[in-house]
Amino acid sequence: MTLSGWGTIAAFAVSLTLLALPLGRYMAAVYTGQWTVLEPVMRHPERWLYRLLRVDPHRGQDWRSYARSLILFSLAGWLILYLVLRSQGLWNFTGLNPMRFASAPWNVTFNTASSFVTNTNWQYYSGETTLSYFSQMAGLTVQNFVSAAVGIVVAVALIRGIAKRVTDRDAAEANSIGNFYGDLVRTILYVLLPISTVVGIVLIWQGSIQNFSPYLSFTGVTHLAQRIAMGPVASQEAIKLLGTNGGGFFNTNSAHPFENPTGLSNFVEMLTVLIIPAALVFTYGRMVGNRRQGYAIYTTMMVMFLGAVIVCYVAEAHGSPAQHAAGLHTAAIAGSSGGNMEGKEQRFGIAGSALFNVVTTVTSCGAVNSAIESFTGIGGAVPFANLSASEVIFGGVGSGLYSILLYVLLAVFIGGLMVGRTPEYIGKKIEAREIKLVALGILITPLAALLSTALATASRAGRASIDTAVAHGPQAFSETLYAYLSQANNNGSSFAGYTGYVGHVGNGAGSHGITFADLLGGMTMLFARYAPILFALAVAGTLVSKRVSPAGLGTMRTDNGTFVVLLIGVILLVGALTFFPALLLGPIVQGLTGHLYPGAGR
Amino acid sequence: MNVRKEFARAVTAMVAFVVALGLLYPLVITGIGQLAFRDNANGQRIYVHGRLVGSKLIGQSFASPVERNGRPEMSGGAPVTRPDPRYFQTRPSGTSPADNAAATSFANYGPNSIVTERVIAANIAAYIALNGRYYPGGLTAAKVPVDAADTSASGIDPDISVANARIQAHRVAAVRHLSLATVNALIARYTSGRGLGFSGEPGVDVLELNLALDRLTGRN
Repeated sequence: MTLSGWGTIAAFAVSLTLLALPLGRYMAAVYTGQWTVLEPVMRHPERWLYRLLRVDPHRGQDWRSYARSLILFSLAGWLILYLVLRSQGLWNFTGLNPMRFASAPWNVTFNTASSFVTNTNWQYYSGETTLSYFSQMAGLTVQNFVSAAVGIVVAVALIRGIAKRVTDRDAAEANSIGNFYGDLVRTILYVLLPISTVVGIVLIWQGSIQNFSPYLSFTGVTHLAQRIAMGPVASQEAIKLLGTNGGGFFNTNSAHPFENPTGLSNFVEMLTVLIIPAALVFTYGRMVGNRRQGYAIYTTMMVMFLGAVIVCYVAEAHGSPAQHAAGLHTAAIAGSSGGNMEGKEQRFGIAGSALFNVVTTVTSCGAVNSAIESFTGIGGAVPFANLSASEVIFGGVGSGLYSILLYVLLAVFIGGLMVGRTPEYIGKKIEAREIKLVALGILITPLAALLSTALATASRAGRASIDTAVAHGPQAFSETLYAYLSQANNNGSSFAGYTGYVGHVGNGAGSHGITFADLLGGMTMLFARYAPILFALAVAGTLVSKRVSPAGLGTMRTDNGTFVVLLIGVILLVGALTFFPALLLGPIVQGLTGHLYPGAGR
Repeated sequence: MNVRKEFARAVTAMVAFVVALGLLYPLVITGIGQLAFRDNANGQRIYVHGRLVGSKLIGQSFASPVERNGRPEMSGGAPVTRPDPRYFQTRPSGTSPADNAAATSFANYGPNSIVTERVIAANIAAYIALNGRYYPGGLTAAKVPVDAADTSASGIDPDISVANARIQAHRVAAVRHLSLATVNALIARYTSGRGLGFSGEPGVDVLELNLALDRLTGRN
């Protein structure tokens, strides 16, 4: 561990908070229809889109209508993405397929389409050997925007459900939680597009590439043949991070120097991932009319986030059993960070890799700048734990907030039981119907993750995805568990040895998808994305028209330290109870024993 | 609400977004990038005497083909290579063939694996075999910096640690008949510091360093 390492972590937490506060205020203005600074620029495309779509953004929808619009929009997005990816060769006339790549097979494409529409960005394919520039732009970049926007609008709808006061009541709008297309268009035009444009330019300034050139082929300094992939990277990289998508332009994702060229770009990328999830918490406090409610949730998230970062950094700085057995000294020395540099890049070092890893696994981003599979047992248990907490520590854009609000309602309910009062939250009574929906919404994700893992572990077809060259015993189980935990949480990071597309790296000859892994993964992602969304919208729908009762002496406060502790307890308890047995079999046994396991070798 | 009408609206919206976000947005960023940071946007290509030899950001292999009876020796369709002692060597790579920046790949060596231990031990042995005889007092596994034995993430890490470079400097200086101080000065020149003074680790750009050496002493 080094001083600059701890300094990076501290500077990150402070910068994030300072940037999220004003963005939270700005987004509150965006979603309450107030004037914002971008109005003069965006007003025209906004109106033009409303006219094209024939929507009146001021006409409210009840939760069922909102959900129907959302599901149909996602369905259309899925179909268009699938078609774009499967028809890759048809678009060669655009000049955006200089390497003349053919489409990936149907099973891999099913997985990829499901992955990008659900904001997961799990990748069985390898970007630079599979996809044309056209597919990356018109297919994936588009979904990076719209899938992120879908997550955000659900959070906004749930906020409205909680925030709406009984005095707003008039017959037509009583059950309204907003207008789906109004929220969607405003999210894209006023939040995602401007920020990703700025971040994209910053990344090019740091060295990310942005061109349509064919791949470079030449002989290097020692006359060996070299090839370098090219492409419109920065534009996709920016929204990949901002929308907590995480799907790399290249196979090695943000470890690739063209995606993440410097220590500074690494810092900017990490901020880009967390900025919207963090800001939305402050937006929430403002929209419910009590900023302290937002601060309480932010504190909860930040405490759990920093805990994860500290554990991961200390574990990675200590080094791995394999390194020590081979005779390496892993202490920091002059001119070297020391630690477990296996699968890590020199320019990021241990701290920049550990922090990036936690940033992208607490959120549903899933970008990686280092190989998670090569993390130490305890360091690798951290992303596991983050996924097990169901992505509520900041979480995905929007999905983090609507998921933690379900936990907040559960904590309020448990707290209410403990003091013997009818639980209420921000003036609204939490009753049997809400708690049933909340419980279902919370349990769906672990259920999908564990069932899929069980199926994949117990079947020969499922075990075909394990990378037997390096993974054996607990490592092999970790690969499988991580794969389905990641897909169920719509995260997308991976123990990258696990595969659903054999032989696709290199020239592609003889490559084929593993149908079992592709389909099970795809369905896990779809189910675990849309079921919780429907439950969250249903909760919004039942809360929106509830009468508000004034806070009395017996009301449990939800904006103080006691509630933060209760909320952390509830999140840890649910996560630990559901996942601890599975985690024991994988990373924890590796971290605690230091035992070395065999493998077939490469 | 009519489901068919609503679905048509969804398709219209998606088509509009494909045009705006999938085509216009990347084109605008490309335009700005090509105008404001042309060299970066095209990958910081490095030319020597008009010939493309690499990118500043992409690590490449500094091994030379092994010749037998005047012909390059082949194994499994690929030329057999060994590290060229005149050059600083990049980090071990999980990309195959090594340093192929058109098909990058993680190595995915697990922390508790005998496979990993063997790979690291082999990397240590190769590093000592290459540098040991030039290093004052000799090299042991304990003195090998972690980045020289651990596989990089991208497989094309352009940088090595300063400690790693300073060990290799003894070899490069001896083979090229340069003073150690000259080589160390070049290392310092091609070391990039931490972002904003704190973010990340200093790294030595191997391609730039090796090309500077070639300019100083010629290829031999």
